[in-house]
Amino acid sequence: MELRVLFKYIDNPDQHKIATYISTGGYKAWEKVLRELKPADVIDIVKRSGLRGRGGAGFPAGVKWSFVPKDSPKPKYLVCNGDESEPGTCKDRVLLERDPHRVVEGMAIAAFAIGAHNAYIYIRGEFAYPAAQMRKAVQEAYDKDFLGKNLFGAGYDLEMAVHTGGGAYICGEETALLESLEGKRGLSRIRPPFPAVEGLYASPTVVNNVETLANVPGIITNGPEWYAKMGTEKSTGTRIFCLSGHVKRPGNYELELGTPLSYLINDLGGGVLGDKKIKAIIPGGSSTPVLTPDKLDVHLDFESVAQAGSMLGSGGVVVMHEDTCMVWAARKLAHFYMHESCGKCTPCRMGTQWMFQILDRIESGKGCENDIELLLDVCDKIEGHTICPLGDAAAMPVRAFTKTFRDEFEYHIKHKKCMTINRMPSFT
Amino acid sequence: MILNEQTVKAIRADIPKYPQRRSCILPALTHAYRQVGHLNEVVYREIADVLDLDTIQIAEAASFYTMFPKQPVGKYFIQVCHNLSCSLLGAESLVEYLLRKLDVKKGAITPDGLFTVVTVECLGSCTTAPMMQINDLFYENLTREKVDAIIDELRKKG
Repeated sequence: MELRVLFKYIDNPDQHKIATYISTGGYKAWEKVLRELKPADVIDIVKRSGLRGRGGAGFPAGVKWSFVPKDSPKPKYLVCNGDESEPGTCKDRVLLERDPHRVVEGMAIAAFAIGAHNAYIYIRGEFAYPAAQMRKAVQEAYDKDFLGKNLFGAGYDLEMAVHTGGGAYICGEETALLESLEGKRGLSRIRPPFPAVEGLYASPTVVNNVETLANVPGIITNGPEWYAKMGTEKSTGTRIFCLSGHVKRPGNYELELGTPLSYLINDLGGGVLGDKKIKAIIPGGSSTPVLTPDKLDVHLDFESVAQAGSMLGSGGVVVMHEDTCMVWAARKLAHFYMHESCGKCTPCRMGTQWMFQILDRIESGKGCENDIELLLDVCDKIEGHTICPLGDAAAMPVRAFTKTFRDEFEYHIKHKKCMTINRMPSFT
Repeated sequence: MILNEQTVKAIRADIPKYPQRRSCILPALTHAYRQVGHLNEVVYREIADVLDLDTIQIAEAASFYTMFPKQPVGKYFIQVCHNLSCSLLGAESLVEYLLRKLDVKKGAITPDGLFTVVTVECLGSCTTAPMMQINDLFYENLTREKVDAIIDELRKKG
């Protein structure tokens, strides 16, 4: 079901202003944390809520926080990942634009939990407006003494700054993001050491997604049991799904985790454009394996989508109807990964180029007989052989498209044309 | 100097936010890009001077990030998303339409110096496809009518 927790006030035109945010209970959680709780209590509450990372991997947030060594003499850093770039995903942008104080408050609480006195939010460079909204929010929070020195008289200091990127998908990967925040090229780092031990400026660092942190104030205010009651046992809470592609009402919808995919597409999304049949659905951003319409009843929680053969990923649901050529779609995505590979690992740098070249020649009617096997072989060579998940993220969709719609790929190679001629709703 | 006083001031204002000077590079590139419209070696040198860093550190970072054009572009830099969600709703024909309307090749500048059109990867506006970014602004749910109105207005502004 649609359940608005993060989006409760999202349609309020003044929600981005601090007075409005405060009037809806904003910064109460931050005050409670500073006046009544210890860092360990906050971590325990978030652990008990079951909150899992909303960036893609779904790692439990409280557990991530607990990895930060308490005895380290180095400063600690909290970094909010607002480098939203996974094709199909545009949920963090809405939070940053319309309810930025929720993100500020979540960041502040997370910083306190890990003992950080400095917090940064890294926002993708193209998001000029969301970044401006966040900057205003941070300034307002300073003006109200919610950020700065000796907050609420509790002796705790916290500085927060907004940092913008330069257009690189890879910087959504946490170690590449940290390199980028240090002013370097966004090349991912070898782990270990993990950021919790050696992250920003070689100091203990936690990186959390915008949506993950936006959930934290609510969890503190209403308690972990309130949060854990929503969703399923292992996928608690709500999630913002970005519904795009061939649907009548695309948009960002916040659903209780475990809601059927069909409800999102048909009830909220109004069904398929032109009442055509669905051919393919990407359930969690472009990296996640494509599903066929027989999986329309899958429940949107981490476990169910995994069982259906894909991933909940970043919440980007892309619907493609029957008049979509799957080779064309796969080629689009392969182009993206080729463009975004940072070039550090050979399998990813070369593999993404190979995948695109093969798909490009199949799409343009120049495919060779063994191209499908070659494509799958390249996927094998990339997967598991790169430092960061971008390699896997590039190979997974190509493998899934090729295997799931093998007949279309074979037809394309044999007949040098599309089995399904692309009939996109034209731009008119 | 290419960078004006306001840009230099903005670059300097970021310094206290970070324990290491190098972190100011991306924000500085952004400030410079906003003023100049593109980046080049001279800009890198000037940023290096302001931040007291080596020029190569600036150039090294700048060459990685695709958001900053490295040669001049039109006053209005039009970036059209051609990734999957936008293409499913006609981004390919949007690009063709824009290029035809402005009578310009992809990446080139119109003779009046006003427009450059390029295609870019996902801009995080998938639920409002098709879309384009002009300088810092997003234009969403585009139709031919909307594009005509936007271009007319920008032409009038000059």
